[in-house]
Amino acid sequence: MSEKVKFTIDGKECVAERGQNLVDAAADNGVYIPSLCHLRDVIPAGSCRICNIKNAGRIMTACTTPVEQGMEIENDISELNDMRKAIVEMLFVEGNHFCPACEKSGNCELQALAYRFQMMVPRYPYEFPIKTPDTQDSRLWIERNRCIKCKRCIRTIKTEDGKNIFAFQERGHKVEINIDHELAAGLSEEKIQEATDNCPVGSILKKGTGFSQPIGTRRFDKEAIGSDIEKVV
Amino acid sequence: MGKSVKSICEEYNNDATRLMDILLEIQCKNGHIPDEAIEEVAKTLNISKVDVIQTLSFYHFFTRDNIGDYTVYLNNSAVADMMGRADVAEAFEKEAGCKFESLSEDGKIGLYSTSCIGMSDQEPAAIINGKVFTKLDPYKVKDLVLDMKAGKTIDEMVEKYGDGHNASDLVKSMVFNNIRKKGPVLFSDYETGTSLKKVTGMTPDEVVGIVKDSYLRGRGGAGFPVGLKWDFCRRTQSEETYLMCNADEGEPGTFKERVLLTEKPKLVFEGMAVAGYALDAKQGILYLRYEYKYLKNYLESVLNEMREANLLGKNILGKEGFDFDIRIQFGAGAYVCGEETALIESCEGKRGEPRNRPPFPVQKGYMDEPTVVNNVESLCSVVRIIEKGADWFTMMGSRESAGTKLLSISGDCKYQGVYEIEWGMRIRDIIEMVGAEDVKAIQVGGPSGTLISPRDFKRTICFEDLPTGGSMIIIGHNRNLLRDIVLNFTEFFIEESCGSCTVCRANTVILKDKLLKIMSGKAGKEEIDELKNWTKFNKMANRCGLGQTAANPILTSIENFREEYEKHVKMDEDFDTGFDLASAVEESCDYVGRKPNL
Ligand SMILES: Cc1cc2nc3c(=O)[nH]c(=O)nc-3n(C[C@H](O)[C@H](O)[C@H](O)COP(=O)(O)O)c2cc1C
Ligand code: SF4
Ligand code: SF4
Ligand code: FES
Repeated sequence: MSEKVKFTIDGKECVAERGQNLVDAAADNGVYIPSLCHLRDVIPAGSCRICNIKNAGRIMTACTTPVEQGMEIENDISELNDMRKAIVEMLFVEGNHFCPACEKSGNCELQALAYRFQMMVPRYPYEFPIKTPDTQDSRLWIERNRCIKCKRCIRTIKTEDGKNIFAFQERGHKVEINIDHELAAGLSEEKIQEATDNCPVGSILKKGTGFSQPIGTRRFDKEAIGSDIEKVV
Repeated sequence: MGKSVKSICEEYNNDATRLMDILLEIQCKNGHIPDEAIEEVAKTLNISKVDVIQTLSFYHFFTRDNIGDYTVYLNNSAVADMMGRADVAEAFEKEAGCKFESLSEDGKIGLYSTSCIGMSDQEPAAIINGKVFTKLDPYKVKDLVLDMKAGKTIDEMVEKYGDGHNASDLVKSMVFNNIRKKGPVLFSDYETGTSLKKVTGMTPDEVVGIVKDSYLRGRGGAGFPVGLKWDFCRRTQSEETYLMCNADEGEPGTFKERVLLTEKPKLVFEGMAVAGYALDAKQGILYLRYEYKYLKNYLESVLNEMREANLLGKNILGKEGFDFDIRIQFGAGAYVCGEETALIESCEGKRGEPRNRPPFPVQKGYMDEPTVVNNVESLCSVVRIIEKGADWFTMMGSRESAGTKLLSISGDCKYQGVYEIEWGMRIRDIIEMVGAEDVKAIQVGGPSGTLISPRDFKRTICFEDLPTGGSMIIIGHNRNLLRDIVLNFTEFFIEESCGSCTVCRANTVILKDKLLKIMSGKAGKEEIDELKNWTKFNKMANRCGLGQTAANPILTSIENFREEYEKHVKMDEDFDTGFDLASAVEESCDYVGRKPNL
């Protein structure tokens, strides 16, 4: 039996199942905790660090924190929002994100967060790193210039017998996403679609189709990221 | 290739969690891990190829390319630099005929840099084909490369052995212990087995009780009370429990574990067995950094000796049901694997990426079972606490830090080496003890610690004042702090980050670029504060201690040596774009053979 617990986020009273992660629990209560690497019902990666909240004065990632009775969470405060904005800026400068030329523009969660936090130009200088896209696959295209290392692909796309299709290679700022071409060949069309949909940015794209959804009708073209959550309650 | 990949995998029961061992063997037997081997390993272990590459490419000492019949890994730590690494590197390049990070044309000699190898008391030092060569200078390098060209074996190239067990038949190493001060806990006489005998007459709870009463705090850096950690672990209900001894010792400037493992391995292993008894663990793992592989045969023989004496194995010392044994797990060159959850991941054959907490290792660790990770020195101290009692231990040290601490002291001083001191010793007294003069700064606790100035020399070494996992680097007056220390440390963190968290991965590079801009004289005065401001996200927004402390070299040097930064910036300008037209067009002008028209 699941146990309901009460907690607050910025003073607002919330109810959730004990042990549920804070990002999802907050969403169910109409509160948006900005997040990027997190995907509902998937084991959290805790890597982008955008979902950082304050619990009893300590900063921790909401996507990896289970809800407990009586928690008093701080979320929408300037200290955290500045940090979140800084992280978005870091992601922009450590990769090569040329939004106007990107298929994902308007559906991209990184771009949407930049809008939400009103990023004009990153406070950090651009690194302009040299990255090599992987175009070998017949159906998928891995555009490493845009990968934000959220691990969503690693965590969600596997073969039927549970083997990994995606994995990291290298470490530190050299970390890159890698794809197992042999295993990827066995993926169903639905899985290929899921891989491209799950990627928050334009780093996993389907070949043979482009801009099928017109600019202006895309997910974040009219509404800020998170506003769907905030509208619910 | 000698042994087939298949048979190596079979040796480890085709168990994918033993991928580290499998890759280590292939690397060792073959000199590198070729693509066919990757494919074969993936097939045999029934995992995907990218998973094998994920682990392989994470660790510094695994390579996909040939790295030579003789492979030189020359330490590039700040201390190595201070002791003359540049000349040594130049000599290697000249004699071998190739640059660092590359292979000589005939494929015979490979030159590579590596992070601190735990020899800061005898730098410059390098690992060549698994053997450590210390106190190098250009003349010695010349001889070494001549030996390589003559095809000598690596053992023949070691001319003189070090002291103590370094000279034993199973080690044959030129490393010296440099034990400068023996204290009552770690380096006083002790008869192996005394404490183990004692615990067999107690309940596990009683053993945990004594360790708790001793207020022993973890010696790996974080200072978490050892008894409390054990208590938490005991509270997790489970069939299996694991005990791990952390001998990764990757913090630059630390080398005390090397000395403990060389001279007191029985104390270490007995400490593991005592912990095993207290935790009801049957299996212990010593996670040993690859850099200390030269101790492997020796340590294995000590383990065997202890098994023969029934200090390990089944029904230890006749106590029915007290079964505990130890295996050694080698790392493959990754500082972050010293972080306890990264260490566990590595033991499971994965990339050494720290885990999210909760759950904590004492709840869900190695193989998802409750696991305690303790530092080598912590476990050694446990043995003496059991032998002599908690009160004996708490009599020593300071208010919040009981007992003694083993310091690794290096840099600009006369007597580099290990010192067992009581917690609470003043920095000023330490300086005198090690024979240092004209000290400009001291790096306490390695790169992740604090860079202190003479203003702080009245402070004391202890958890409540200046904590340290053991590393102390003395920096003399003639050193260029930003270039020799701060930049080197920042580069260390960039190299060693696992790359998972945004801020650790990206911000440390951003900070380094800003530091370089300041050092190049192209920054305005506001940019010092800007740099300082940018360090704050490291502490706030990273998963593990590496990222959280990666900005410390910059932060603490701005705090304590602001004048070093001010020397470089344009005090009459707030900001400088840092753009230099001449250097921006240099390459293109070169290419078309034109003189820039500026
Ligand atoms: C990046 C990083 C590296 C670490 N390296 C080591 C190490 O080499 N040895 C060690 O004992 N602890 C190291 N630690 C601390 C361990 O995570 C852990 O706290 C320690 O092993 C616990 O043992 P103790 O409580 O006995 O000190 C490191 C921590 C971090 C964040
Ligand atoms: S490819 Fe996309 S889903 Fe995969 S890690 Fe990169 S950004 Fe995330
Ligand atoms: S802080 Fe750095 S080393 Fe630690 S988990 Fe994050 S990326 Fe990895
Ligand atoms: S959403 Fe929680 S760390 Fe990325």
